[in-house]
Amino acid sequence: MLPVGYYIGLSAVLFTIGALGVLIRRNAIVIFMSVELMLNAANLAFVAFARAYEAVSGQLFVFFVMTVAAAEVAVGLALIVTIFHTKQSIDIDQMNTMKG
Amino acid sequence: MTSQLILFFTLALVAVAAALGMLFSRNAVYAALFLIVNFGAVAVFYLWLNAPFIALAQVTVYGGAIMVLFLFVIMLLGAEQTGRTAAIWWLQPAAIFLSLVLLVEAIYIVVTQQGTLQAVETVSPTFGSPVDIGETLFRQYVLPFEVTSILLLVAMIGAIVLSRGRAQR
Repeated sequence: MLPVGYYIGLSAVLFTIGALGVLIRRNAIVIFMSVELMLNAANLAFVAFARAYEAVSGQLFVFFVMTVAAAEVAVGLALIVTIFHTKQSIDIDQMNTMKG
Repeated sequence: MTSQLILFFTLALVAVAAALGMLFSRNAVYAALFLIVNFGAVAVFYLWLNAPFIALAQVTVYGGAIMVLFLFVIMLLGAEQTGRTAAIWWLQPAAIFLSLVLLVEAIYIVVTQQGTLQAVETVSPTFGSPVDIGETLFRQYVLPFEVTSILLLVAMIGAIVLSRGRAQR
């Protein structure tokens, strides 16, 4: 296999793009997608290390991360729908009040 | 080795280009479609890294279930387009600067620690197979697996409660 560094480097690039997306985008749904991208980058690092050390536990962790991501998306999108019904917008700059 | 390098960089280019496409597309539907391309490219990396089960879980769970949910919500809300200016003017330059710092730091660490990462050259043919995954999951990680089921149940109840609407509450 190629050196692990290649995969970790790619993982770092994808993670940075995700982090940048969370910081600069204003659409709450796109911010959510950027979080998914960051989780995915972390998963790639897990799988690369699992292969490098021949440890199947790394792949199991990816499995658990996927489960947590699915749960997070279900709750997060329900929250976004509720916010949209209250504010008629999912622009995060509009979400500056605690109530209403 | 050379063919592996070409394959790696082609796939990495697809993954990074799709991620950048998601970052810069103005339309949320396009962003979601770019993200699906990215998940597909990463799934191919998983296949390559002896993780066929994880690769197919990636395609079905991420590329399938999660992204369909995203697209469904985007189309339900009709919220494809959003404004382009942030409320704080220095937010964008600051975010780009901080991300660059993070990236340079990560790449620096990877490059300098390259020697300490010794990869196993060949793994056993059953490594990462569904049998292998299943045996580890239900022997070593059976408690986390059960906790996961509770987590999914709580998420399901939470989503139902949140989207039930105001009138019935």
